[in-house]
Amino acid sequence: MSKHTLAVLVENSPGVLARVASLFSRRAYNIDSLAVGPTENPDLSRMTIVLNVEGHVLDQVMAQVYKLVNVIAISEMPVASTVHRELLLVKVAATKMDEVLAIVARFDAKVVDEDEEALTIECTAESVHIEALLRDLTPFGIKELVQSGLVALERGTAALSDRTLSAQGISTLHEISTQADYQN
Amino acid sequence: MSKEMTGAASLVKSLEAAGVDVMFGIPGGAILPAYDPIFDSKIRHILVRHEQGAGHAATGYAQATGRTGVCIVTSGPGATNLVTALADAQMDSVPLVAITGQVPSAAIGTDAFQEADIRGITMPITKHNYLITDPDDIPRAIAEAFHIASTGRPGPVLVDIAKDALQKMTTFKYPTKIQLAGYKPQVEPEDEAIRDAAALIAKSSKPVLFVGGGVIKANAHKELMRLAELIGAPVVTTLMARGAFPDSHPQHLGMPGMHGTVAAVTALQKADLLITLGARFDDRVTGKLSSFAVNAKVIHADIDPAEIGKNRYADVAVIGDLMYTIKALIPAVQAEFKKSKPDLTAWWRQMSSLRETYPLGYTTPEDGSLSPQYVIERIGAIAGPDSIYVAGVGQHQMWASQFVKYENPRTWLNSGGLGTMGYAVPAAMGAKVGMPDTTVWAIDGDGCFQMTNQELVTCALNNIPIKVAIINNESLGMVRQWQTMFYESRYSNTSLQSKFIPDFVKLADAMGCVGLRCERAEDVDAVIKEAMAINDQPVVVDFRVFKDAMVWPMVAAGASNDDIMIARGLAPDWDSQEL
Repeated sequence: MSKHTLAVLVENSPGVLARVASLFSRRAYNIDSLAVGPTENPDLSRMTIVLNVEGHVLDQVMAQVYKLVNVIAISEMPVASTVHRELLLVKVAATKMDEVLAIVARFDAKVVDEDEEALTIECTAESVHIEALLRDLTPFGIKELVQSGLVALERGTAALSDRTLSAQGISTLHEISTQADYQN
Repeated sequence: MSKEMTGAASLVKSLEAAGVDVMFGIPGGAILPAYDPIFDSKIRHILVRHEQGAGHAATGYAQATGRTGVCIVTSGPGATNLVTALADAQMDSVPLVAITGQVPSAAIGTDAFQEADIRGITMPITKHNYLITDPDDIPRAIAEAFHIASTGRPGPVLVDIAKDALQKMTTFKYPTKIQLAGYKPQVEPEDEAIRDAAALIAKSSKPVLFVGGGVIKANAHKELMRLAELIGAPVVTTLMARGAFPDSHPQHLGMPGMHGTVAAVTALQKADLLITLGARFDDRVTGKLSSFAVNAKVIHADIDPAEIGKNRYADVAVIGDLMYTIKALIPAVQAEFKKSKPDLTAWWRQMSSLRETYPLGYTTPEDGSLSPQYVIERIGAIAGPDSIYVAGVGQHQMWASQFVKYENPRTWLNSGGLGTMGYAVPAAMGAKVGMPDTTVWAIDGDGCFQMTNQELVTCALNNIPIKVAIINNESLGMVRQWQTMFYESRYSNTSLQSKFIPDFVKLADAMGCVGLRCERAEDVDAVIKEAMAINDQPVVVDFRVFKDAMVWPMVAAGASNDDIMIARGLAPDWDSQEL
């Protein structure tokens, strides 16, 4: 099993999220995270889906998602050629304020709210960075946290929306399936 | 400026513009506004007795004619009663448009009377669906629904329309061109894929044409014939493809799968190349996947890219409409064959030997009772290859696929993927409506028949003279067969006692049909001919048959196709076969 990030352009219409979620549920694909929001085009929304699958299942997921009528384009977002970011908001006990602030500075995070008992910290970074920050903050007492789920955008001038008017809105950057992936 | 009209009138005008000639339905509160303009429309509306019947009738109509079937029902229970038929159509890729009424838009989400979230419920069992709350959206939604249902891989599309959208005023403008950013089925195959496929075919000494229902959907049976005769390979037709290739053709080895012929099953198992045309490697065909056709390379041609590699790795994927794909393959294969044409003599020697040694057959019951296979075989022989045969699900379905000889596409209708008991009577009704001049036989089981027989009333009242053969073994026969084989003959809840109650002859009579009964082999032909002679009323024949007849051959669920049995505990004598 390995993690894959998919970017999905969908029509901005009611029920699209339910369709995608229903598909993942029905075909027993596990989602690690799903982030959805508006795009530069008011008619389109963009989903970023992270999932943990192996070989030919990824091809299946992409083909099945692409088959949904409201899905306009789907592409894998490999780490090498895309920018990946997650947003974390975390509430930490303010008892050892100086030490916490040092960590915040080291991780390029920032304090967005504070009172006598708690600091609320924001960090936007790649997943590994977020994980490391959380690991370092844990000893100080995490009261609550929320994460946005991963979002990703291709580097350079390439844009997923360029594919919306082309014949094939599906793109895998490499041949994923091999015969060895199958039972036979 | 175009004329103002209600959303309901716009709906009916849209259906007319889509070319609908008939629809099956039942009115109710939320859809009621639509039924007023339906009253004046040239579209024939057939009032069914249960919404499931409307759905299967639309399916039968679509499968028999190739046109999109239409059903229309109300909100809540009307819509949920349609669910089985939609799931059935989705599994068997049937072009269907279902119109459902919905509670007024202001009431949606309030658990209003007869409210059900049918769009949510049917998301996983439709190709696409709509919820319309603005009357201006009705023509576009209907046009898109027909476009989506009938193109690409066909499937059911549901259009749920809020009652107030039907009541409000709007103007009617039917779209002439449909452009959907997210729906562009690939019709023409890639040249490279065709060349790769042809190259594999030219190298194969043990090829099999593995034909699925997609060939019938694509109306590509004539092209298939040309390709098959060009390659000269054995042909197998799956349950959904019966009729795509004539049973009388010398290259046809019959149906593969759980109850397929020994020759067809073995051809797939021993092949070095599967030329897969519109089949989806269903578990009922492959048996245990890891031991399915282990030495075969696979060419997989399908219009649905998501089918490629779903269950079995495809060495060559050809995405496109099979009509185009097969037409492109023919010259490509001819070109390859000019360079070298493989010799299939040895392969055919093996397959012919299997076909001769293990033909489909059955034994006559020792207790003198009627053999179900004989009944079905005689119906097929007397009604002939130009009739349409519609089966329910179970033993009778398998026998009807085995012992009726199919020569033409769209003459064999059944619920293959979902396995919906109760499919036969309403689907036969729909088929007869679509093909009024063709004899339509429903070959049904006594269990199936009792699920949906109320549509015989619809048939009797609307001059839809179908013929129903109830293969009455007074049990849920296929389940009983599994109990015999895998549950030590402990017949838990499979006895229906249908030779006792109901009296099918009286039931037929009560529903305005002619009821006949047959219990002896010597009467079978006469009864079938009597039924064939009646064309102004539906006919129901209660064939009282042997209870313990079994469907053979059989590959047990989850077993390898190599473990096919030709009778209980009896495998083919592989040692005597040169394989």
